[in-house]
Amino acid sequence: MAVDGARRAADPAQRAADPAQRAAALRRRYALRHAAARVGVYTAAILAALLCAGPFVWSAVTAYKQNRDLYDPSNNPFVFNRPPTSDHVTYLFTDTAFPTFAWNTLWVAVLVVAITLVLALPAAYALARLDRPWSGPLGIAIFLVYLVPPSLLFLSLSRLVVFAGLQDSTWSLVLVYPTITIPVSVWLLMGFLKSIPRDIEEQAMVDGYSRLGAFMRAVVPLAFPGIVAVVVFAATLTASEFIYALAFVSPTDQMTVSTGVPTQLVRGDVFFWQSLQAATVLVAVPIAFVFNLFLDRFVAGFTMGAVKG
Amino acid sequence: MATTTAERVGAAPPPTKRRLADRDNVLAWVFLLPSVVYIIALVAVPFGLAIAFALSDVTAGDPSFDYVGTRNFRRAFDDPVFWRALRNTFVFTGISMLLIVVLGKVLANILVANFRGKWLVRFLVLLPWTTPVALSSIAWLWLLDSIYSPIDWVMRQVGFLGPGENMYWLGRPGLAMTSVIAVHVWRLTPLAAVILMAGLVAIPRDIEEAARVDGAGYWRRMFEITIPLVLPVIAVAALFGAIFTFTDMAVVRVLTRGGPNDATQVLASWAFYRGIEGGDVAQGAAVALFLFPLLLAAAIAILRAVRRIEGQ
Repeated sequence: MAVDGARRAADPAQRAADPAQRAAALRRRYALRHAAARVGVYTAAILAALLCAGPFVWSAVTAYKQNRDLYDPSNNPFVFNRPPTSDHVTYLFTDTAFPTFAWNTLWVAVLVVAITLVLALPAAYALARLDRPWSGPLGIAIFLVYLVPPSLLFLSLSRLVVFAGLQDSTWSLVLVYPTITIPVSVWLLMGFLKSIPRDIEEQAMVDGYSRLGAFMRAVVPLAFPGIVAVVVFAATLTASEFIYALAFVSPTDQMTVSTGVPTQLVRGDVFFWQSLQAATVLVAVPIAFVFNLFLDRFVAGFTMGAVKG
Repeated sequence: MATTTAERVGAAPPPTKRRLADRDNVLAWVFLLPSVVYIIALVAVPFGLAIAFALSDVTAGDPSFDYVGTRNFRRAFDDPVFWRALRNTFVFTGISMLLIVVLGKVLANILVANFRGKWLVRFLVLLPWTTPVALSSIAWLWLLDSIYSPIDWVMRQVGFLGPGENMYWLGRPGLAMTSVIAVHVWRLTPLAAVILMAGLVAIPRDIEEAARVDGAGYWRRMFEITIPLVLPVIAVAALFGAIFTFTDMAVVRVLTRGGPNDATQVLASWAFYRGIEGGDVAQGAAVALFLFPLLLAAAIAILRAVRRIEGQ
């Protein structure tokens, strides 16, 4: 990095009138500026990480605290004032339905993502490529659907859910969540598919594939980064959805994490604080880990989709 | 739906397959129909139903439908809580959007920079957005607790608060709103940062290099090149942020339940309170409907801005 900076500094210096001296001065200035920039970047990065993740670190500490340690306002909340205990974390797994909530969240997310892709990918392709006169207005219409929020629909959707016989069942969420994920996925994928050169599928069709075959074998593999972006985005939206889950599902064994944990671990005025904090960390870390694995692909997919589309 | 069609077509003899699968207009319909039918059934129909509910006297106890005209809207207008919720919604959305976009831009700049431990920093920064909002809000509920708040503890240590004193973060109207906004901004800034990263990555490197060779410093490059170039993406991030904020009630619901004295009530949480908990479906639907024209106006404004910027 330092070598890089020096080389760059050397470039304008060569053009200078009085080479030796000015080059030296410039190089010093650039080196100083470079060092300052490095310090700035690291300070900013550490500060950002602390601000964002601080509550989770503190949650992880709190989860292992004894009651007598936690419920004393004069104790330092950031360290263990008494020996840590794993009782509350064990309680989460043995005495609450937390594993069920986690499992429900997982399979709902997988099914919703699958449904979203099966519906949104062909729709996006039709809107981006098949040049129908109505594809422009329809694309905008589908995006506008995204603007009709759960808080507007939950009352009437809960009637439809009852009508479908899915009230108080996790399946109601599988049925309804794609309304949130499909519009935004179609929109992202549309932009992404537009960025794939037409020549590729035309070549595939010249080689003997049908339009459908070209879509399946040539376009879908190339759209992979966009698909990853959609999968990650849809899964995150599904896992954190709150209103529908709260309005449609009330039996404990059917709940997802985002409604189950607050209702199970807050009984009346009694909060099971340590278990709540443990649940938060246990859910947060795996999702963020997976998201981070795909972050670069997600950004690439978003770049193609939203920026160039 | 689309896959079953594909299989059916695939099972047919080759000549038919070639003809059917090659006709663009048929294929376009086959590709689009499942999504369109699904959206009509589960968005358009409930949307119509919501309008119908708002004009009726449906309650949880008496689901029979009777037309009552605009009575629910008049009742909403007469209720001071409605006006407070409307104002709160605007304050909540406006302030958090501004903060989310500005902080998101700063965060995006950090995340695209090169430094050691980048993977870890990115992971930590993503946490607020990827955690289900109900859970992270509960973690904050304790951080803002009236007696045990760790923030109060720190303030007592440095002397901002006397011994035994507390801030009551969620108990005082102005402070409660500040807390709700702060938690919301904390949660959504990483999303804005990720969207803005997409914009930063898309800037052609040679423009940046050329400006650097011409001697433009960091801040000058930032304000005269980077920000104008990512403006459309900033608008997209703002749109996402606004929609999330405007319609979100999870943070309000978990942290304050609209209190104290409806000081943090927003339209979405009030509609939920009236419609599901109060059982007055019609009134809840009428309140929720107010979200739509406002959202539509915001979306049109932002999309037009994007088009104008791109048209330049």
